[in-house]
Amino acid sequence: MHLAPRVLRRAVAGATVALLATAVGCAPQPEDDAAAKPSGSTADACARGALATETAGKLTVATDQPAYEPWFKDDKPSNGEGFESAVAYAVAEQLGYDKSAVVWQSVPFNKAFAPGAKTFDFDINQVSISDERKQAVDFSSGYYDVRQAVIALKDSKAAKAKSLADLKGLKLGAQVGTTSLGYIEDVVKPTAQPAVYAKNDQAKSALKNGQVDAIVVDLPTAFYITAAEVTDARIVGQFENRGGTPEQFGLVLDKGSALTPCVTAAVDTLRKNGTLAKIEQQWLSDAVDAPVLK
Amino acid sequence: MTVTAKESGQEDTSGPGDAYVPSARRLERERYKRTRARRATAIAALSTLVTAAVLYLVVVGAPGWPRTKETFFDGRYAREALPKVLEGLWLNVRLLLVCGAAVLVLGMLIAVARTLRGPVFFPLRVLAAAYTDFFRGLPLIINLMIVVLGVPALRLQGVTVDPVLLGGTALTLTYSAYVAEVFRAGIESVHPSQRAAARSLGLSNRQALRYVVLPQAVRRQVPPLLNDLVSLQKDTGLVSIGGAIDAVRAADIIVGRSLNYTPYIVAGLVFVALTIPMTRFTDWVTARMDRQRAQGGTT
Repeated sequence: MHLAPRVLRRAVAGATVALLATAVGCAPQPEDDAAAKPSGSTADACARGALATETAGKLTVATDQPAYEPWFKDDKPSNGEGFESAVAYAVAEQLGYDKSAVVWQSVPFNKAFAPGAKTFDFDINQVSISDERKQAVDFSSGYYDVRQAVIALKDSKAAKAKSLADLKGLKLGAQVGTTSLGYIEDVVKPTAQPAVYAKNDQAKSALKNGQVDAIVVDLPTAFYITAAEVTDARIVGQFENRGGTPEQFGLVLDKGSALTPCVTAAVDTLRKNGTLAKIEQQWLSDAVDAPVLK
Repeated sequence: MTVTAKESGQEDTSGPGDAYVPSARRLERERYKRTRARRATAIAALSTLVTAAVLYLVVVGAPGWPRTKETFFDGRYAREALPKVLEGLWLNVRLLLVCGAAVLVLGMLIAVARTLRGPVFFPLRVLAAAYTDFFRGLPLIINLMIVVLGVPALRLQGVTVDPVLLGGTALTLTYSAYVAEVFRAGIESVHPSQRAAARSLGLSNRQALRYVVLPQAVRRQVPPLLNDLVSLQKDTGLVSIGGAIDAVRAADIIVGRSLNYTPYIVAGLVFVALTIPMTRFTDWVTARMDRQRAQGGTT
């Protein structure tokens, strides 16, 4: 065996010991689970303004950055303007937290459902509820029934599409991780592979540049894009709901969060008393209707 | 190892009685060496086992392990992701082959341009230096954004809007700057006496470069070149900015739908599996070149 110089061997041995010490030193952090938080009946656990939140007395709400219109306004979730900002504050109000007790946090979509301790109480980021996703996170009940729409440049042949069959031969684009992409893959089933973008911004510029014939986004976003961002595009039409059930956006909570029942109850109350409808009327009233593509 | 009679300097009389018998001291020495080797192996095995056990216990004993396991190591999602990831990987491989070839050629041209002597080549040297400075400094992701999303916006006649072609162009621009520097370092590491000797044999400047300097420069630079190629292979995935679906984006799509990270692990392992044969291949090529040089060079 070739013997390394003594110094080197000592260094290696030392490093090994250090590594092992570090490994042992990363003592498992006990997760502060529901047991550490005040528990009790739902009514008790949802005591107004005294939930077991991340920061006591505050409600930490997360969303992605940039926050897009019409969901948020001016990329400032804390201004209470835009549909989701308004919904978040209405939910907070319902839970007994006034405007000053709401803290916003920017969390990318991908990080919002990573396992491990969450840094927020709930995330509001146009996340559609699905059974598959419920394996990874908790959802509140739905706060918005969303439909998907197709946008194309006004002077393109895609703009003349009247049915799903007319879309089949086109190059379609959508953002990754969205149900919009699911609609392309499962409903349209185009012959060309769809273009998949990290952000809607890139999908928009690809549409402008003619790299795709049409893009699929949710209806309110489609109205905003065609009205304000890509004005020479128009909404070709909207899809029917997949599987006959309306697709809904829900608030995202940590899996097994103690807050889920409270937040769900709050959203249900807001739906019943017409607050959600009012907020929708205020911020998404343009998203009236578009022809349905069958 | 035992020593034959011939090597130990004894007469080989090939008589049966005169067969070489190793001395007792020699046998003792060999036995000692064997025990030392065995002991070293045993210690190495033990320390490996201990390390593995500690790591295993730390990971599996973590309170979040069950959750982590189902989020990152879910067999069902791995099976779903693998075919899609491999389909995407085909795009990475094609980009690697085409861009890799283009990068090697372009990088070599720039390196040669930077090392040209003579005042007449001054502008060429400056241009090549400016190119490498700029593209080595420009973050690749921004380069890709500009090329993939900016060039089509110009609406130039006859210029492609295909995101894969544009993305490949951006990759080639950045990586040829890296590779040019690798080649240049190789060229400058060849001792000036080599060039002088070549010139004194009557080779022209160009011939000296072509037959004497470059072969030595390239051979020396194989490891760093391989580094850049492996790096390029992983960066090919960034063309997904333009909407193309590569291995990582294929994983992304499933992750976004299911909120389960297993497809990322699958994509990562697939990339590693692609890198290992590449490394072995270049090791083999280098060894072969060394052997040929050893045969042809010294006698």
